[in-house]
Amino acid sequence: MRRLCLALFVLLWPIAPHDAAAQDLQALLQQNADEITKPSRRSVGEVLERLAASGVQGLPVFLERWSDKGVWKGPDGLFFFGEAEGDTLQLTDIDTGAVSGADKDGFTQLKPNGGVRRVIGTTLVQFQLSDPDPERRRSAVEAIGRSPSAEQLEPLQASIDNDPDPVIRARKEQLVVFLSAQFADSTDERIAAIQSLSADTSVEARSVLNRILSTRSFITAGEPEGNVAATEDASEDPEAFYARLVGEGLAQARVSADDIRAALEANVSDGRVGTVPVAQLGTDAARERAYTGLADAGRVPPFVTTAARDAALAAHRFYDRYDETDSKVTDAARAALTSVEQRVAFAQTADLALDALSLASIYFLAAIGLAITFGVMGVINMAHGEFIMMGAYTGYVVQLFIPDYTISILVALPLAFALTFGAGVTMERLVIRHLYHRPLETLLATFGISIALQQLAKNIFGTQARPLTSPGWLDGAWIISDVIQISYIRIAIFVLALVFLALILFVLKKTRLGLEVRAVTQNPGMAASMGINPERINMLTFGFGSGIAGIAGVAIGLYAKVTSEMGADYIVQSFMTVVVGGVGNVWGTLAGASLIGFLQKGIEWFNPANTLAAQTYMILFIILFIQFRPRGIVALKGRAAAD
Amino acid sequence: MRKSFIAENPSVLWFLLALSGFTLGVVVLSEAGGVAVLSTSFVKTLGKTLCLCLIAVAMDVVWGYCGILSLGHFAFFGIGGYAIGMWLMYARTETIVLESLASQVIPPTPQEISDAIGNQIFGVVGSSEFPAIWAFADSLFLQLAMVVLVPGLLALVFGWLAFRSRVTGVYLSILTQAMTLALALYLFQNDSGLRGNNGLSGLQNIPGFESTPQATISIVFFLASAFALGAGYVFFAWLLSGKMGSVVKGIRDNEARVRFLGYNVESYKLLIFTVTAIISGIAGALYYPQAGIINPGEIAPIASIYLAVWVAIGGRGRLYGAVIGAAVVSLLSSWFTGGGAPDINLGFYTIQWTDWWLVLLGLSFVAVTLFFPKGIGGLFDYLVRKQP
Amino acid sequence: MTTLLEVSGVSVTFDGFRAINNLSVQFAEAELRAIIGPNGAGKTTFMDIVTGKTRPDEGRVIWGERNISLLGLSESQIAQEGIGRKFQKPTVFEDQTVRQNLAMALKNPRGPFAVILHRKTAQNAARIEDIAEETGLSDQLTRTAGELSHGQKQWLEIGMLLAQDPRLLLVDEPAAGMTVEEREKTTDILRRAAETRAVVVVEHDMEFVRRLNCKVTVLHEGSVLAEGSLDHVTSDKTVIDVYLGRSDA
Repeated sequence: MRRLCLALFVLLWPIAPHDAAAQDLQALLQQNADEITKPSRRSVGEVLERLAASGVQGLPVFLERWSDKGVWKGPDGLFFFGEAEGDTLQLTDIDTGAVSGADKDGFTQLKPNGGVRRVIGTTLVQFQLSDPDPERRRSAVEAIGRSPSAEQLEPLQASIDNDPDPVIRARKEQLVVFLSAQFADSTDERIAAIQSLSADTSVEARSVLNRILSTRSFITAGEPEGNVAATEDASEDPEAFYARLVGEGLAQARVSADDIRAALEANVSDGRVGTVPVAQLGTDAARERAYTGLADAGRVPPFVTTAARDAALAAHRFYDRYDETDSKVTDAARAALTSVEQRVAFAQTADLALDALSLASIYFLAAIGLAITFGVMGVINMAHGEFIMMGAYTGYVVQLFIPDYTISILVALPLAFALTFGAGVTMERLVIRHLYHRPLETLLATFGISIALQQLAKNIFGTQARPLTSPGWLDGAWIISDVIQISYIRIAIFVLALVFLALILFVLKKTRLGLEVRAVTQNPGMAASMGINPERINMLTFGFGSGIAGIAGVAIGLYAKVTSEMGADYIVQSFMTVVVGGVGNVWGTLAGASLIGFLQKGIEWFNPANTLAAQTYMILFIILFIQFRPRGIVALKGRAAAD
Repeated sequence: MRKSFIAENPSVLWFLLALSGFTLGVVVLSEAGGVAVLSTSFVKTLGKTLCLCLIAVAMDVVWGYCGILSLGHFAFFGIGGYAIGMWLMYARTETIVLESLASQVIPPTPQEISDAIGNQIFGVVGSSEFPAIWAFADSLFLQLAMVVLVPGLLALVFGWLAFRSRVTGVYLSILTQAMTLALALYLFQNDSGLRGNNGLSGLQNIPGFESTPQATISIVFFLASAFALGAGYVFFAWLLSGKMGSVVKGIRDNEARVRFLGYNVESYKLLIFTVTAIISGIAGALYYPQAGIINPGEIAPIASIYLAVWVAIGGRGRLYGAVIGAAVVSLLSSWFTGGGAPDINLGFYTIQWTDWWLVLLGLSFVAVTLFFPKGIGGLFDYLVRKQP
Repeated sequence: MTTLLEVSGVSVTFDGFRAINNLSVQFAEAELRAIIGPNGAGKTTFMDIVTGKTRPDEGRVIWGERNISLLGLSESQIAQEGIGRKFQKPTVFEDQTVRQNLAMALKNPRGPFAVILHRKTAQNAARIEDIAEETGLSDQLTRTAGELSHGQKQWLEIGMLLAQDPRLLLVDEPAAGMTVEEREKTTDILRRAAETRAVVVVEHDMEFVRRLNCKVTVLHEGSVLAEGSLDHVTSDKTVIDVYLGRSDA
């Protein structure tokens, strides 16, 4: 009750009538000088209550300094805020704020002990909870959030109504629920609070419930006592449970292989242990025989037989007991936690799906350029990964010249496209054009280009990773709940992938270029006879596919490191995406990217610690998948597909 | 029969003569041979090169003759190396462990020995348990069987799956690359049972020959590699000499036609794929004791692509071409990257070959594909045509 | 005459396009037959189905005295059953000699191990000489197939079919791109072959068909439109409509 009174005083304090301020703090402190100079945990509460009741100005500051050991008592018994500088003190008057200097002699520093400081701190928090400055209120609320305790409940509750800031008030209300769940006086109040948590998937709410449900293990010879959480079956792992008995001093330790060896080594005499010659001790059976001999002679503790172990286990019960004694509370908390966990599992699934979606967008971006060149021209471009790398380095170099990250990205995207478009066209003109109808050799020639480009990048930019910094507005994440959050960069990449999907579909389906590309894909001879120049189309297609790789490179560089080997990391995945999806089809690539993205995230979910294993299994899956759908998800049918 | 085979394939005889001459020369000039012009490490490099030539011959058979651009044969090579490496590492560690346990007051039990070996080998990956795949590591004979069986079975299963569903051309290449990547990623894991990215090391120490100098061991392995290359070469030349060669080349040039002639193309491909995989495994088993260490990085897809590069530069569809390609490119590669090549000072920029060799290799590879599809081996055609 | 191959009620659809529509046709042993029809009539698809390249959606393909269904067999098994096929474009192994091409086609065990252990025999050599003689390639045996003229390649391919010793020969447009003399020779080879086995020729060129002087089957939109002698089918009104009426369609 006293706590509540104190809280009410504190709350009324900022709006307390100022006539009370006629009394100044120094005077008030002098009235309680003894308790303030030598406070004890017991007595300090009353003093604080008196101080708070006075409604005097400057009390929170004083309490803060007091707690920080910043208050000194002068030879005349007056209190000052002081700061020691060598032998001198810089003194500040508590009421007027006047600063003066003094010799340290004669002044004593007030050093409240830890217990007292805690009580002061609690009072201080109460002041801060109602502080006119919202920033201070917020930090006070967060302090409670970090280390909740029973005594904070009432002042917190009392401070809600007068808080003008809706955000802070909402947070206070939330914290009140957390605190009541743990510390409210009546069981009913606690259960009500706990039940209101059963829809809250935040990490904080879950930790509150878990704290209520904290358990400790006990071993007893009799019946389990208290609020039992679970009893354990010792037969599941007898050795481990027996080890616990031994640890509690309730049983004698089993003799391990190491014990046997140590005992035997200590008891060798005349080349024998007991009756057994040392040379024969190379088997477990002989060692046991020798040890039994020693035990019979009483020189080492005897073996604890399995039967003795089981008897000891049977004589004891192993169980977990809740720290919370009230079983109604723990039942409610368990029910709430189960419900929360279901929601969390659901949210995690949603989060996983979002993750998979963004991974799929990255694969799509990385692969779509490849799909275009592979699908339209039947050309495998092993240097595609290096075009991605070129795009990423373009972004890096642009940032060296344009420090504004937003502008530099806007410049880098078209520049990367132009650069890789040019590289693609050059490559097509110089190399690939001569190798049509020899797809395996295209693969090898472009591989040669790939190693040359990779080494060239290494020579120019060095081996260490280069940063490609994203603009500030792409930092951070869109937080839907504690479980579901997705970084803005990934959203941006997703949007970019959608834009490209739309763009490519538009180019292929609605433009003259797309029509010509499709014509060349289906029948180059016929297209040529209709006045379409297949060479030009091939060149443009290759340039287009390469240009998209450059843009993908900028996007990937934003969230991954830019290294000369980054292309190699994506090339195999991109091939998989194209092959799994089905060649020559934008939708196929989309399907392939989605399948691979979701699959990889799914496998990682089963085995989160091991991304290597996830990749291994994914590739094995793809190998098997291709057995059953050799032409991919979206397969061309008919005679055209057979050629 | 034998006579007619050699008579019909004079190049085999020439190759064997050249190989014998080279082998003899190296033995005489080595430290073990007494002249000691060639250092032991250079003899090892030459021995390793012979193993690379052997796998290049296998690659040529599967790609140059049968038309399957496998990007997975280096995986089989690595598996062979791992299989023999397991025995080498186990047996060597066992010797060391037994020596250290001998000073104990009482003799060790088999369990203690096994635990101590496990601790030594798997300590680096925080384990001391022997994984199931090490069950036969104590037996040289069984591990040698693994050198042949594991690549063979893997190739058989993978090939059966892939060929059965008619995966061909670049699709097949990518699929084999995926297989290689999956294997490498698996081996990179610490719980793969093969020491993760630490790989197996100390393989140059041959158990039972601790007191034999490395100079002698290097020559023995060099001879074994030369013998394996010669035997492998003759085997493949024989295999492809007659009608089998016709059918296999037919599959390369027009698979459907061969099928309509009544040949079951899949079983031919499977046979070639598996046999070359086994030879690759054997080459790997000879290579890694000379290299001394094997780790998953060796198996990475890039290695298999380099293999294709060697064969292409040497000249596809002729076995000696593969040998020339592998020998020339891998020796040049170690000369350039080892700092053997003099830097070129252009005044404003100095070309350091350690940095620029890969650029040169990449570009020359493009040039070979574009302008000399027959590779170095094509020069021989030119010479032969000029003579008469 | 006994039936060698019976195709009944076969249909196949590609992406909604019905390439073969309830096709039924029979071939007897030792028969020469020409199949004609406009573009897209399903001639090549029909061959694809018989040789196992394409699986029909429905229908039966029954072969030989033992009435084997060909639908469950692979291309190589069907070839081993005795059906040989010549493609429209000459497909010989250009890197190998004419002799090697023929040797590969010779009727011998086809398993890989049998092939590895295969050795040359005088019998096989004689058979190769015979076929070369028959197709007029005796002087070319040691030449690389890639060096042959277009017509010679066509004959080599026919020779390879003969070497297989099939009971049914499917020949797709053998006369395409040939000179008049070459055509005559091709006709002779096919007619001689048809004395001992069934030969089915798909052809566009009416002149060539007339020279073959055999029963003709007209395909249209995936099914049989007419069957009989060339004179009979060319006087058939529906056939005339299909061939000539297309212009006003």
